[in-house]
Amino acid sequence: MADITLNRLAKVYPGGVRALSDLDLTVRDGEFFALLGPSGCGKSTLLRTLAGLEEATGGSVHIAGQDVTALPPGDRDIAMVFQDYALFPHMTVHENIAYPLKIKKVGKGERAAKARETAEELGLGHLGERRPGQLSGGQQQRAALARAMACHPRVFLFDEPLSNLDARMRLEARTFLKKLQRELGVTTVFVTHDQAEALAMADRVAVMESGALRQVGTPTEVFRRPASTFVASFIGSTPMNLLDGELVAGGGAVRVSGRELPVPDGARAHLKEGDEVVYGVRPEYLRWSERAVDAALSGTVSVVENLGSAHLVTLECDGGLGVQVVVPEEHEPAVGARGWAVPREDRALLYRDGELVGATPAEVPA
Amino acid sequence: MSAATPRRPADGRDPVRALLRGVGAYLLVALVLAFFALPMLWLASAPFDRRPGITASLPDFTLANFARLWDNPNAVNSLASSLVLAVGSAVLVVALSALAAYALSRVHIRGRDGLLYALLLLSSIVTGTAAMVPIFLLAAELDLVDSYLGVILVLTGGLLPAAIFILKDFMDTTPRSYEESARVFGASPLRVLRDVVVPVVRPGLATVGVWTVAQVWGNFLIPFLLLRSPDKSPAAVVMYTFYTEGGQPDLALISTFSLLYSLPVVLMFLFVSRRYGFRLHGGIKA
Ligand SMILES: Nc1ncnc2c1ncn2[C@@H]1O[C@H](COP(=O)(O)OP(=O)(O)OP(=O)(O)O)[C@@H](O)[C@H]1O
Ligand SMILES: [Mg+2]
Repeated sequence: MADITLNRLAKVYPGGVRALSDLDLTVRDGEFFALLGPSGCGKSTLLRTLAGLEEATGGSVHIAGQDVTALPPGDRDIAMVFQDYALFPHMTVHENIAYPLKIKKVGKGERAAKARETAEELGLGHLGERRPGQLSGGQQQRAALARAMACHPRVFLFDEPLSNLDARMRLEARTFLKKLQRELGVTTVFVTHDQAEALAMADRVAVMESGALRQVGTPTEVFRRPASTFVASFIGSTPMNLLDGELVAGGGAVRVSGRELPVPDGARAHLKEGDEVVYGVRPEYLRWSERAVDAALSGTVSVVENLGSAHLVTLECDGGLGVQVVVPEEHEPAVGARGWAVPREDRALLYRDGELVGATPAEVPA
Repeated sequence: MSAATPRRPADGRDPVRALLRGVGAYLLVALVLAFFALPMLWLASAPFDRRPGITASLPDFTLANFARLWDNPNAVNSLASSLVLAVGSAVLVVALSALAAYALSRVHIRGRDGLLYALLLLSSIVTGTAAMVPIFLLAAELDLVDSYLGVILVLTGGLLPAAIFILKDFMDTTPRSYEESARVFGASPLRVLRDVVVPVVRPGLATVGVWTVAQVWGNFLIPFLLLRSPDKSPAAVVMYTFYTEGGQPDLALISTFSLLYSLPVVLMFLFVSRRYGFRLHGGIKA
């Protein structure tokens, strides 16, 4: 059992930079948890505060029920993999893996056996006598993982573990890491600024913005129902369409660029006529039609981008509004053609003042 | 390896001209080299010459000069003295500058760079001629005149700022994540220094060590000033006594001694550069 609980955790750097402001968060035992956010939002700071490399200036950190806020990093029973892997350049792979055990005063023979075994497990068996400088990026990453694994910590902390790999290796490493974490069952917090990585690997994702949590949830929840326009624009490989609109008389529809679209079910009760809202719908959840449809956005095709198995079409609506639609490969429209985009009603969302209308309490962090 | 290329230029004049040009170039290089190599040549030949002059010439071979030097009571002693001073200072300089450079590199203090530059500037005065009298008085006050320790402390003080400067550069280029990684595994600060920082900056430590030895080995002023008994004088000072009363240099002794005097430093450079490879930044040789 090693869950992590943050209680009003705050970190203000000496210069006065407020990197974390009063975070409340629970990472469950055995969970693969992603911290996601744009550059400078405080992800690394949060991870380093968990590790004890930075001192919290407020609040507390509990690991497995124990208050570790004031403990030095070495006493927290955690292992961290750094973005640059931080393998010691003067030690061989085996020596690197054995180093944490050496500090824990494990005997020489046992240490070497453990290092060899862990290296073998991660496919580094034949590289044990090499130095980090003689390994490829992917091998270095696995050596760093092996070193973290060898000491059987309660918690793994990864700071952008994949960002030094090329695109292809990253996909492989993603699958590998997820499988490994599942097998080991060790509570893992990992930092990334790549939303696809977070969605693909994590059991749950926390989206951060300027030192605060904007949303915490499973990848599906965060992808389907972003709690704010910030999360909506950050998650998804093609950003969500966020269109300014207004509630029409009767409150049953939203007027966007002169067209009337139905109000999503969950939002209806919270709105009244004349409310200014933002209508959000992902390009994947818009159906393409070449014939006129009533409850749909209409315009002319201005750009067609090939996504491989589909096309990302930019529709220029009346009034200059741009809407992106994912169109299946067999319906590639011509530039300049007229088209209609029909929102999937159960996937459309409304935002008022940047917040999701009709969000459940679970979707909005305190 | 293509058959179409002719083996030699079709024009018969060219090879001759190229040959002449080549000979000319080599001759020029040889002359320049000879000019610079002459002192070395002298150093290599004069000690073995029965009657060495101030010109390099084929020696009238003998080993008698070495025997004469061996009989000189101070000569052999002085090399041992030099060794004590050089090694003592090198150990102190490396140990102290490593600790100071680590701290200065990792802890941010207001005005740190200014402090370093000021120290660097002052250090050239501390061991310089200008501070001769104060240094002597200070040493006399502390009862350090005529002791190796006095010389070592003064030289160390003079060399430390530059050594800190060099090492801080090495430390600055060492990623902090190495140390943080070790800390997360539970290593104490001293352990981190010993297991991670020192090995990673070892080329820097070697550079500073060798540099200190070379500096101390060649220093004349401080030991001349502080060591009163002739049997403690290091080589650089003893060399000065190989003159007759009339001020005539005893070339046989001087050349022989110079050879013995320079050999250790050359050997040390070769050894250390093979062992650690002098490179200016971080990485470690496989
Ligand atoms: N040692 C420090 N001293 C002062 N401010 C710092 C320090 N480290 C980080 N910061 C500031 O704290 C904020 C959060 O930094 P942090 O490194 O946690 O961001 P991040 O989310 O990891 O970004 P990235 O994705 O670029 O790594 C930033 O505004 C940064 O400038
Ligand atoms: Mg970061």
